[in-house]
Amino acid sequence: MEQRNLYGILAEFDNPKELIDISKEVVELGYDKFDTYSPFPIHGIDKAMKLKKSKLGWIVLGHGILGFCGALAMMYFMSVIDYPLNIGGKPFFNVPAWVPVTFELTILLSAFGTVFGMFFLNGLPRFNHPLFNIERFKNSTDDKFFICIEASDSKFHTDIVLDLFKNAGASYIEEVYE
Amino acid sequence: MSKYEYIPEAKLVKGNHDFASITHLVTDVNLRRTPTMWYLLMLPANGLLLLLLGSIGYLFWEGTGIWGLTNPVGWGWAIINFVWWVGIGHAGTLISAILFLFRQDWRTAINRFAEAMTIFAVMCALIFPAIHVGRIWVIYWVFPIPNQMVMWPNFNSPLLWDVFAVSTYFTVSLLFWYVGLVPDLATLRDKATDKIRQIGYGLFSLGWNGSSRHWWNYEKAYMILAGLATPLVLSVHTIVSFDFAVSVIPGWHTTIFPPYFVAGAIFSGFAMVLTLMIITREVYGMKDIMTDDHMEKMNIIIMVTGSMVGFAYLMEFFIAWYSGVEYEKAIFILRATGPYAWAYWIMMGCNVISPQFFWSKKLRTNVKFTFFISIVVNIGMWFERFVITVSSLATDYLPSSWDYYSPTIWDVITYVGTFGLFGTMFLLFLRFLPMIAIAEIKAVMPQADPHNYDNNGKYIPPKEKIQSYVKIINSTDNISIEQDNEKITIQDEPKSKTLEPAFFVKPKNA
Repeated sequence: MEQRNLYGILAEFDNPKELIDISKEVVELGYDKFDTYSPFPIHGIDKAMKLKKSKLGWIVLGHGILGFCGALAMMYFMSVIDYPLNIGGKPFFNVPAWVPVTFELTILLSAFGTVFGMFFLNGLPRFNHPLFNIERFKNSTDDKFFICIEASDSKFHTDIVLDLFKNAGASYIEEVYE
Repeated sequence: MSKYEYIPEAKLVKGNHDFASITHLVTDVNLRRTPTMWYLLMLPANGLLLLLLGSIGYLFWEGTGIWGLTNPVGWGWAIINFVWWVGIGHAGTLISAILFLFRQDWRTAINRFAEAMTIFAVMCALIFPAIHVGRIWVIYWVFPIPNQMVMWPNFNSPLLWDVFAVSTYFTVSLLFWYVGLVPDLATLRDKATDKIRQIGYGLFSLGWNGSSRHWWNYEKAYMILAGLATPLVLSVHTIVSFDFAVSVIPGWHTTIFPPYFVAGAIFSGFAMVLTLMIITREVYGMKDIMTDDHMEKMNIIIMVTGSMVGFAYLMEFFIAWYSGVEYEKAIFILRATGPYAWAYWIMMGCNVISPQFFWSKKLRTNVKFTFFISIVVNIGMWFERFVITVSSLATDYLPSSWDYYSPTIWDVITYVGTFGLFGTMFLLFLRFLPMIAIAEIKAVMPQADPHNYDNNGKYIPPKEKIQSYVKIINSTDNISIEQDNEKITIQDEPKSKTLEPAFFVKPKNA
């Protein structure tokens, strides 16, 4: 036990309300390296944890613009520059007819941006995590609600955190080692 | 006092469930031993799949001459089946995206299921235009990749738009489905007891651990995907309809096609979801989650979209007359009275008349009747595509070139075979993936709302029906005039009304 590094202290709660309450308390006490874990997104936990607005929208916007411009550039290169084809006397730069392809590629690139951007912001995939060493943590995807204050937090002190969780009525507390 | 009263939503999850029992109910299907029945169903599905592969193999060997295509009918069953399957594939994204944006929480019971259906239906659909090209070995010419002719695809062609629309739709649906699956795969990973499942589900859940910081980005991503998929789902069948509408064939060259195709797609897609849902919830005992209320709401959507389709049929007729174009007028009269009148009247009966039964509450809450109508609707929608595709071509401008189109056995086998592909994929899905979005269904349960614990941390379920509301008012001693009014108006309401699902607030004393 001694040679392993302490990752943090994990506490289990029985319902989402308790998790919101303890999150508020932890934020008020000034901890910032902590996280809560739940089987579903809890309404209002973002406010309790004072989470900043997700940056995902900007990533998607960038991808959307890339898709839009990329589609038009591709069609312009192919139909106007590289091999212009006279089809029924229509103009080579035939914008109205290019609307569907431009639209679809904008959506496609934006969707890629959304999904992979989300995983990127979340640091996934990550298959090893100190919390996965805790048998009881498996319930975080079932019906239990967890909070973990990390040892790397400047205010972290084992006894204080243990007391904090005990007083908040945690149903289970365990030290997590890396 | 307001003129309107609010009737609370019916409970989304029936029975006495908590989070753990929902997890168990859904994941147990994937974790227990494979039932014998599953193998028994897999046999015919695989048999039909082999039939499909065989018929496609023979088509590649022999060419499209094995089909019933003639002059002037150059588009036959392959195109009909393509449009039909793509149409069915619209329900999944509609449920997961549009109903999500409208905050229709009941969608959580069926969205996973419907999205899976969408993906498999689009797979079936994609087969047809691909094998229809005749020279399958140069199918890559439809994509903008360099080829030996140093030519590029024609971006002015609706057929090329279709390539982009359907493949984008497939990709985005798959991404949407996978994003929804990740937290549930993590649940399966944590519930699994054997190494193979732990590794398999673990790999695909990407190490999801339910962190609120992750959920925060995840919810944002889900919202953006829904926002992207909404115009996408409407664009796909619009572009499919351009395949017809951008041509100059009488009966095809109409501006009503895009909205009318989209309504028809939703109509048939919901019918297919119902067909599958009614069987699956029976077999797997999911009636607590996929309730009769869901069925009723979907029946109402079927009724609305069916009426839109019926309206479009009449409007087409009117515009054909109003346009004064002889060929346009002739084709519509020929559809109703000509060589394909039998198909036309099957279409009218199945699509226009059958959904109207759902005005009756008794019929739209009847499971067996719904199942019957859901099949009738998809037969009708197949005939709609038949009527549009074949009748316009078979009796076009020059009567001297008219010809009657009949399919060959290979047309039929290929179509029937796609049910094998669909069935095989669907059975695999039911066996190995959670058929219900576990995390999403938990989030809409009353236990998930922190406000239901406001009373000293004890869970108090919210009020569901107006009846209990009445009781509370009666039990208080000091009844004000306002509450008196309330009491009287509520008691005036017949009791059965309280069971109706609330889509809108309804006027009092109505």
